[in-house]
Amino acid sequence: MNAGALSLRARLFGSVGNTLLTVVMLALFAAWLPALLRWAVIDATWWAASPATCRTAGGACWAFIHEKLRLVLFGRYPFEEQWRPLAALLLTIALVLAGCSLRFGWRSVVAGALAGILAVIVLMRGGVFGLSLVPTDLWGGLPLTVFLAVGGIIGAFPIAIGLALGRRSELGAIRGICVVFIEMVRGVPLVSVLFMASFMIPLFLPGKLQVDALLRALIAITLFSAAYLAEAIRGGLQAVPAGQEQAAKALGLGYWQTSLLIVVPQALRLAIPAIANLCIGLFKDTSLVGIVGLTDLLLATKQALGDPQWRSFSLEGYLFVALLYVAFCSFISHYSRALERRSQPGA
Amino acid sequence: MSAVAVLPVRSARGWSDPSFRSLATQVIVLAVLAGTVAFLATNLVGNLEARSIRTGFGFLWQAAGFEIGQSFIAWSPSASFGRALLVGLLNTLVVASLGIVLSTLAGFVVGIASLSRNPLVSPLARLYVELVRNTPLLLQLYLWYAVLTQMLPAASAAPQLLPGVYLAKSGLHFPVLQHGTEPLLAAVLVGVLAFAGHGLWARRQAERNGVPAKLWPGLLLLALPVVAVALERAVTASFDVPRPTRFGFSGGGMITPELTALLIGLSLYNAAFIGEILRAGILSVGRGQLEAGAALGLSRGQALRLVVIPQAMKVAVPPLASQYLNLAKNTSLAIAIGYPDLMSIGNTIINQTGQAVEVIAILMCVYLALSLAISAFMNWYNARVALKGAS
Repeated sequence: MNAGALSLRARLFGSVGNTLLTVVMLALFAAWLPALLRWAVIDATWWAASPATCRTAGGACWAFIHEKLRLVLFGRYPFEEQWRPLAALLLTIALVLAGCSLRFGWRSVVAGALAGILAVIVLMRGGVFGLSLVPTDLWGGLPLTVFLAVGGIIGAFPIAIGLALGRRSELGAIRGICVVFIEMVRGVPLVSVLFMASFMIPLFLPGKLQVDALLRALIAITLFSAAYLAEAIRGGLQAVPAGQEQAAKALGLGYWQTSLLIVVPQALRLAIPAIANLCIGLFKDTSLVGIVGLTDLLLATKQALGDPQWRSFSLEGYLFVALLYVAFCSFISHYSRALERRSQPGA
Repeated sequence: MSAVAVLPVRSARGWSDPSFRSLATQVIVLAVLAGTVAFLATNLVGNLEARSIRTGFGFLWQAAGFEIGQSFIAWSPSASFGRALLVGLLNTLVVASLGIVLSTLAGFVVGIASLSRNPLVSPLARLYVELVRNTPLLLQLYLWYAVLTQMLPAASAAPQLLPGVYLAKSGLHFPVLQHGTEPLLAAVLVGVLAFAGHGLWARRQAERNGVPAKLWPGLLLLALPVVAVALERAVTASFDVPRPTRFGFSGGGMITPELTALLIGLSLYNAAFIGEILRAGILSVGRGQLEAGAALGLSRGQALRLVVIPQAMKVAVPPLASQYLNLAKNTSLAIAIGYPDLMSIGNTIINQTGQAVEVIAILMCVYLALSLAISAFMNWYNARVALKGAS
């Protein structure tokens, strides 16, 4: 466990078992690394007009990504208009990064978020300012994935704080409602919540009121994440010393002032690692909207691979998308670690 | 006003009275909730009538009329929707339980490998954990399904992994015993009973003598009956071995590529998380514990088994429980690659009958029950491994 203290030789050949392990690993590397390298780089085709070139080369067909990049990234969004989802995506990422930098007060963050959501909807949907109307069923690819994740987490936060406070409330009815909601949602799979949203929201609303499929999926993701987020925040709430609440009450603050100004901010800080894990989980789970027919990044890739000419290059397509997911998720985990270091009391 | 009164206390009235306020708040919240539910229910009834969708659970007894790719009980399209749900539930349970076992085994390997001092092994384990945890499970399932159905050879060119075991586009083919599996099952039962009996006896002996019990005699007792029956069978009984032909395999048993991809995907995905949980558990036990065990004369294996692992499990069991819950819920992704689990069969039934409310209610209740069962079992196990006297 204290690996640094041992010499490299001891770590490789310290015992009979370890020597055996080293030999086996070296043999495996020798057998697999050259083949992997040959497939991924040496024999790979980077640019090709037709899949036949790839087949003769024999290695990985990265040309597939070159050929289908727009379809993978933007789904079925009209080709000439694809600067709009790109601009909306960049705007979203810029706003999220600005919010994450913690340089702005909460009023500017809320104002920026609202303005950003409005701008994204106008850019994507169009119909005003001379932009052509693009209905939501044509939205797709990476922007959709990012919108669902960002929208889900923004929507889930207020609900989750309410649920977490409600679960600790002294009012029995409110506590009961929060407990039942949280435990029921956490007991069922996200797929079933998505199905429920897509089949049952239309049945539960008055006939004239139609909710868009994208909005239904967003509602499902928001409510689902809110239940998990509420538990993470409750963990933080439990770790805030009771003296904080008592001190706030002694200063004459009421319930809402005590909760929202004193207790919740400290609870959120304590819950950063758990919240970051949930954000990563949420980002990955947006891929499930493909099951109810929304063309997110993953389903767009699957559809691109549906082209009979290119369908034998699934591995290349999925590996490329996996890299995109890894990039986004690593950013979240690095950011959370930096935030944790920064927000340590006294740091 | 008497002289003892220090402060003139006004009795609070109306909204300033805390007990009235709390009661009123609860009544208002419940009334709003009841109003919302009533509003939604009215809409539901109206919408169901407008779309002429039937209500009630009568459909469960009607003929389903669709094929199911894999079933562990007898199935024909003339069987009822209710039986279809049962087939789906069994398929889900099989995947969940096999997934839990396989991912725990793989998770142990990942956890131990990432703690290894060998500089070739631990970075590889860390890389695996990072890559797997940062990509969606659904993506990994699609990937495995594509590998299994597109990149494997057809039956005639399928590689033979073991004698009689083939991996081909059409699935994993393996030989099965021709004359029933009852003796083998009986042998497994005898082995488990002998193992449990020996375990109890050995524990009593260990408590009496103060010498820790050895594990291998129990394992020997567990394996002996199975090996004996298997040997006897191998000599006398005949196997139904799959034979590759031009049009696929004939004979033998088969696991569909959907089930194989689901099991591989679920197990490898959860193994990364379980590996991290076990690693954190083992790291939480101080190194002094191992050294104290050695000082008492325990071998390294004994110290690990009797001192370190029991303490590591105390830390690892609660997160392990929630990981198993996740795995059980994640079996519902089966629908994306066409394995007929509960969710996927429920979806088919909704499309056939239109009775979304009833079917989704059944699905949610079943998944809730499954989650509660796993929670209850893990709570029981947690209480067992928790240190006595420690909170």
